[in-house]
Amino acid sequence: MKLTLRVWRQQNAEAPGAMATYEVDGISQDMSFLEMLDTLNEELILGGDEPVAFDHDCREGICGACSLVINGDAHGPERTTTCQLHMRSFEDGDTIDIEPWRASAFPVVKDLVVDRSSFDRIIQAGGYISAPTGTAPDAHATPVPKPDADSAFEHAECIGCGACVAACPNGSAMLFTSAKVNHLNVLPQGAPERETRVLDMVATMDDEGFGGCTLTGECATACPKGIPLPSITAMNKEWLRANRKVRR
Amino acid sequence: MADYTTYTTGEPVTDTKAPTGPVADRWNTRRFEAKLVNPANRRKHTVIVVGTGLAGGSAGATLAEQGYHVVQFCFQDSPRRAHSVAAQGGINAAKNYRNDGDSVHRLFYDTVKGGDFRARESNVHRLAEISVEIIDQCVAQGVPFAREYGGLLDNRSFGGVQVSRTFYARGQTGQQLLLGAYQALSRQIAAGNVELHSRTEMLDLIVVDGKARGIVARDLVTGKIDTYFADAVVLASGGYGNVFYLSTNAMNSNATAIWRAHRRGAYFANPCFTQIHPTCIPRTGDHQSKLTLMSESLRNDGRIWVPKAKGDDRPAHLIPEDERDYYLERIYPAFGNLVPRDIASRAAKNVCDEGRGVGPGGQGVYLDFAEAIARMGRKAVEEKYGNLFDMYARITAENPYETPMRIYPAVHYTMGGLWVDYDLQTTIPGLFAIGEANFSDHGANRLGASALMQGLADGYFVLPSTINDYLARNPHTEEIDAGHPAVTEAVAETEDRLNLLLAVDGDRTPDSFHREIGELMWEFCGMARTEEGLRKALDRIPQIREEFWRRIKVPGTGEQFNQSLEKANRVVDYLELAELMCLDALHRAESCGGHFREESQTPDGEAARRDEEFSYAAAWEFSATGDAPVLHKEDLVFEYVHPTQRSYA
Repeated sequence: MKLTLRVWRQQNAEAPGAMATYEVDGISQDMSFLEMLDTLNEELILGGDEPVAFDHDCREGICGACSLVINGDAHGPERTTTCQLHMRSFEDGDTIDIEPWRASAFPVVKDLVVDRSSFDRIIQAGGYISAPTGTAPDAHATPVPKPDADSAFEHAECIGCGACVAACPNGSAMLFTSAKVNHLNVLPQGAPERETRVLDMVATMDDEGFGGCTLTGECATACPKGIPLPSITAMNKEWLRANRKVRR
Repeated sequence: MADYTTYTTGEPVTDTKAPTGPVADRWNTRRFEAKLVNPANRRKHTVIVVGTGLAGGSAGATLAEQGYHVVQFCFQDSPRRAHSVAAQGGINAAKNYRNDGDSVHRLFYDTVKGGDFRARESNVHRLAEISVEIIDQCVAQGVPFAREYGGLLDNRSFGGVQVSRTFYARGQTGQQLLLGAYQALSRQIAAGNVELHSRTEMLDLIVVDGKARGIVARDLVTGKIDTYFADAVVLASGGYGNVFYLSTNAMNSNATAIWRAHRRGAYFANPCFTQIHPTCIPRTGDHQSKLTLMSESLRNDGRIWVPKAKGDDRPAHLIPEDERDYYLERIYPAFGNLVPRDIASRAAKNVCDEGRGVGPGGQGVYLDFAEAIARMGRKAVEEKYGNLFDMYARITAENPYETPMRIYPAVHYTMGGLWVDYDLQTTIPGLFAIGEANFSDHGANRLGASALMQGLADGYFVLPSTINDYLARNPHTEEIDAGHPAVTEAVAETEDRLNLLLAVDGDRTPDSFHREIGELMWEFCGMARTEEGLRKALDRIPQIREEFWRRIKVPGTGEQFNQSLEKANRVVDYLELAELMCLDALHRAESCGGHFREESQTPDGEAARRDEEFSYAAAWEFSATGDAPVLHKEDLVFEYVHPTQRSYA
């Protein structure tokens, strides 16, 4: 396959960026999207140019590092992570636009790399259960009904990639935040911190500069792990409940 | 320069700090004998933790909970991305919730035997004891393990054992356990007890007056090189499987932290013990950047086969049942498809070498679920393995519910690592190594679902107990002066190395060298090794190194985000580590676990261990790049599990 790539290049957070055009040839259908970019980068290095910077690590769809907007879609045309997108999803001769996540809470570090530490700070605000090492009772002391355990797992699958934010017209982090709130709040172990968790995480989310949610639903469409849109309404319910309870 | 292979044998390692007495009492004894640090004094101690995977994340969180000041590093943008996240299958624990005859002693026994009698009994027993507490801890943190309808935890079985002791969270156990540790760490970051440096990579260790006192690290965004000081340094930087270029490791997993520590005096033990995992998706071409594992749990229900006839290239569904060779079930009837990883991998290699492999290039075997789907129904198979099947379909564009999966072995885990004593302390006082970075518990072969167990055992329970003893005996003495020669020398060496990488301006990329060393290692230090092949590799490696420093090309500067520079610097260390791995493999003229020397096999082609000569851990001491290292042997004593030739037939 022969492709034309239009790639966002930006030297650092302060520098202005622009799209640059590159041609790549000899791309196999079996390559992953990132292997296609590897091919481009090897050519750039040999030509004395700086390779295109992008985040990636496990290349198995689980670490959440890769983060490209491809032809306007977060993670591209398939519902998966960028690393699990293969070139068989494209046609010979295609022109492909490649951009970083676009959101004010995710400033660009270089080229296609963005700073997602705001996600870490949302978790630090309450996305945990306080259980210092050594304090745990036997694992079977508290049975968890299977539907609750399954629901917790479904939300815990979030990989923290940020595609939800990149896809949202408002740059909202509601799907990410609600995934963690629902994972922990549905479990009996999470109950003691149920109210403070949702209140503190939502407050931090707002402070970090993420936009408000208008239930557009783009987030759930882009999510490679299928975190469902009702996750957000469930969190809103938790938040209202917590507010009422704390006020009382 | 002396020939690298003319190593000398130094003083044996005799003191491992493991207490004597009954093996089941040793951990209690050690914990009682260890000196403690008064809670009020703990905050005066700073501990550096490098890495935020299962071992590092759990250690950082636990040390901070105890009151220590923790300074933690990861090269990723977030601690949540450490490669432990990718572990799929599960975590072992001797809970005996199935009432199927499991016990701490049986897990201990299985692990020592599975490791082919090359691990330390004291350590393995401790691991088995702690396994039980890990599950309790993780459930309390909200890790959503699979449960049954009664609300209790589910279990499954894994390779190399005959009980169901593996706890799991669908095919994402590593992710869920890592997020548990990450969340505990996040809580401590918010509390101000952990100072986290993400996108920061350790490039050297600072040793002052014989003790580990800090690290040199590079901020990967600005390129700035900084020093950080502490009272102890903990390396939780993972394994070194990426030396093979193609492996199931993450792209950025690397050996630099442990290799730099080795160069500063920490012994490196059993570097040749690498695990080749039997169930990975075969490669598709030269563009391949990494390999993807399919959880070994698939072997519970999938049946492995190849055609009986050589060169039979009919599609799988056209090969009748009686023309298929379910070779694992045939050769190992007792364990069948659940033999340990090293045995399954080698068997796959053998049938492919015979010309019976399937798929492109004949480098694959079938893993077939037709029988499981007929027996359990498609829905039950989906429930159990859905995400793995989806992943396979996405990568190969084949539907595994209809055509059998194709799998082939790939480098997955390294049992070797920095030598540590019972306290997980290296030969440099104050430097500890935990998780895959150390060599301690898996011997020559790791059983499935044991890596997560060991990482969390080390981080949550072992290190936080043993590091107290070191800190209590080495009370905070004086601040390190940034102008101390040991500090300025380490910084200067790091800067010089990076500057040289940028200055060569040759005509080959860092990746091209990585690929070259990786292919060499896979050919000569991979699934089967021979003296002749290893000597070839040992001749070639110094040439590649020489060529590297002549032809490497790294664009850009050191004062910026520069992924080529990061990569090139890691390759520098692979080019030295590879040499030690080959030497270790050459010197160990026996087959054991993941290390198969063709010269040492039984008449029926199984690995032949040679206990009278090689029942020791090989701890290597660095001398200089390309110079022969010094071998220190730690004799292994087996009081409880008596070495026998492993049999899974």
